[in-house]
Amino acid sequence: MSKILIRGAKVLGGEPQDVLIDGETIAAIGTGLSGGEGGPGADGDAPATVIDAEGRMVLLPGLVDLHTHLREPGREDSETVLTGTRAAAVGGYTAVHAMANTFPVADTAGVVEQVWRLGKESGYCDVQPVGAVTVGLEGKQLAELGAMADSAAQVRVFSDDGKCVDDAVIMRRALEYVKAFDGVVAQHAQEPRLTEGAQMNEGTVSGELGLTGWPAVAEESIIARDILLAAHVGSRVHICHLSTAGSVELVRWAKSKGWDVTAEVTPHHLLLTDELVRTYNPVYKVNPPLRTEADVLALREALADGTIDCVATDHAPHPHEDKDCEWAAAAMGMVGLETALSVVQHTMVDTGLLDWAGVADRMSARPAVIGRLAGHGRPLAAGEPANLVLLDPAYRGVVNPAGFASRSRNTPYEGRELPGRVFATFLRGQATVMDGKLT
Amino acid sequence: MKRHLISAADLSRDDALLVLDTAEEMARVADRPIKKLPTLRGRTVVNLFFEDSTRTRISFEAAAKRLSADVINFSAKGSSVSKGESLKDTALTLEAMGADAVVIRHGSSGAPHRLATSGWINGSVVNAGDGTHEHPTQALLDAFTMRRHLSGVGRDLEGRRITIVGDILHSRVARSNVLLLNTLGAHVTLVAPPTLLPIGVEQWPCEVSYDLDAVLARTDALMMLRVQSERMNAAFFPTEREYTRRYGLDGLRMAVLPEHAIVMHPGPMNRGMEITAEVADSPRCTVVEQVANGVSTRMAVLYLLLGGSEPAIATTSATAVPVATAPANGATTAARTEESK
Repeated sequence: MSKILIRGAKVLGGEPQDVLIDGETIAAIGTGLSGGEGGPGADGDAPATVIDAEGRMVLLPGLVDLHTHLREPGREDSETVLTGTRAAAVGGYTAVHAMANTFPVADTAGVVEQVWRLGKESGYCDVQPVGAVTVGLEGKQLAELGAMADSAAQVRVFSDDGKCVDDAVIMRRALEYVKAFDGVVAQHAQEPRLTEGAQMNEGTVSGELGLTGWPAVAEESIIARDILLAAHVGSRVHICHLSTAGSVELVRWAKSKGWDVTAEVTPHHLLLTDELVRTYNPVYKVNPPLRTEADVLALREALADGTIDCVATDHAPHPHEDKDCEWAAAAMGMVGLETALSVVQHTMVDTGLLDWAGVADRMSARPAVIGRLAGHGRPLAAGEPANLVLLDPAYRGVVNPAGFASRSRNTPYEGRELPGRVFATFLRGQATVMDGKLT
Repeated sequence: MKRHLISAADLSRDDALLVLDTAEEMARVADRPIKKLPTLRGRTVVNLFFEDSTRTRISFEAAAKRLSADVINFSAKGSSVSKGESLKDTALTLEAMGADAVVIRHGSSGAPHRLATSGWINGSVVNAGDGTHEHPTQALLDAFTMRRHLSGVGRDLEGRRITIVGDILHSRVARSNVLLLNTLGAHVTLVAPPTLLPIGVEQWPCEVSYDLDAVLARTDALMMLRVQSERMNAAFFPTEREYTRRYGLDGLRMAVLPEHAIVMHPGPMNRGMEITAEVADSPRCTVVEQVANGVSTRMAVLYLLLGGSEPAIATTSATAVPVATAPANGATTAARTEESK
């Protein structure tokens, strides 16, 4: 493999430096690099490719998503592993965790290995399958978690996402069982009885619109229970798409106790509120639902202070017809891979809540640690794998879903101006995106 | 007036008074031997009913027919909808048939809003009840009825005290009434057990009470809402008998109302549940009158949305100017009666 030299990149947002990639690894970081550092490459001393970051672009470790719906197998009309990983690369991701709610459900070694293999073949980013906690996501019987952990896919994250593991005994057993292989249960916290027929956040807006409410307490009561269960059995639990100020308080409390509780927040919960539902446009229909302004501010603060460990997209592609209908008939979910970094820049960096090193931590290092994913979320230093994203934070653009790499277009940001653009993404030294375009 | 009537909040005070005053003119037509105006001749009104509602549908049907519109009734049962056709495709079909107005009843809150804003159709959309959201023509006919009893034609409802009792949480009638009555200056009190009040109701432009007896003596119009017995299974209240004891209207409670106060109900009534037969059959109960007023009010709504801003029953033969929102075919003319010549 040949060498790539990036000149004048703000490494983790710091002073501009040169970064030399040799093969699959970072060969050197410093000023005034010639390309000859670290010994000759395949083409000799001179790098085959030189990228001028103009002292302006920011270099971060490749992003890691703990929560992606790639839909394959089963719903290839909305996304495939190939189109989903292409979208991930465009968004600056080098690894995504593929959620288990496919058809068939990823609850056996066979299905997770299939998804893992499709990821390998795609070549756009690493695909780490998530295994279902229970057979068929039914919440009744544990899936063969050990078989999935021992499979070629080496599953470490288990989740019934889309459904809550609401039975306290099943949840307790799952938390205990995954300790044997350092796994983690990622809980979709939603008390089912409190959310029957729920359509949007329960609050002033739902009362006026006459839409059945999804109360914050339905999320918070499950989080409270699972924190206590995890502490009781000495396991770790991860909270998916935490969405309320009350949930933040619970996780903060658990961390103050020293318990191994981690949490993620989606980009859309950092920006959008339930006021948007007044349009009855199902593009804003998502689970958990968009909450209030106070929740949004609490989530941003918690992400900044580390109470919330990471940003996860909950990228949820749906075909057009599933959104081109009345609210109640519409599917829940939004695509997010291609806009996540821009939304985080807009809500966290441009507001001064988080610097670029913080973004690297919340969008790469911490999710990789939670997912026990080797080779990702590493420091930017010589000898580390060259999983990188180079972004231009000065860019301003209007979101146009027609240009998405994802097969689906259900973005809530259409027509909205967002800052920043991924210029290039490198997966083990190989550019998957260059000048904003898939290679 | 806006082009669609989706929410009672779409109506300004002047809009609402225009509808009510127009409805008064329409009501006079009902007293004539020939109850028909030529106003909407050649126009097509589609009644698109995804939920069973005989009362509201025939009320709209009568209203449209009295204005000489062509009426197409489209009900979900036994139609393409039951075969899985989407709202969008149904709308495109109606558009292709040239619907000038679509009166829609739908079980999903917001469906009329989607129909009006999605670009699927060009005609006016009238919300005839959507999920647990709104039912603006019901609120208009209720206001029309209240005005006749409490303030008089041409007036608003400034200072009148309206109490609405029952399942506010699931009631589109209550939502539309709170908005419209507030616009018209009335003072609204909602009465229900706490389980049947929506979260955030304290921010609505009204007062809330859990105690029916405490508000009876200061009520000018008491509106009893239908309580579905299936709510009982969802633990909104312990038993039907307990609900009736605490929130039902019987003769004893009616006697506490001021002399001039009226009792209203959007129908259909659950006799013995929220209202006793004694009250339902008393002269103070306006249920039947509300039905008659419903036709006049819906005539006014259809006329104003499709016909324009000219007086419904002109005294001169002046030709009206078509309004921008009306389709070009059939220049809008003011409705005239044969007797006015």
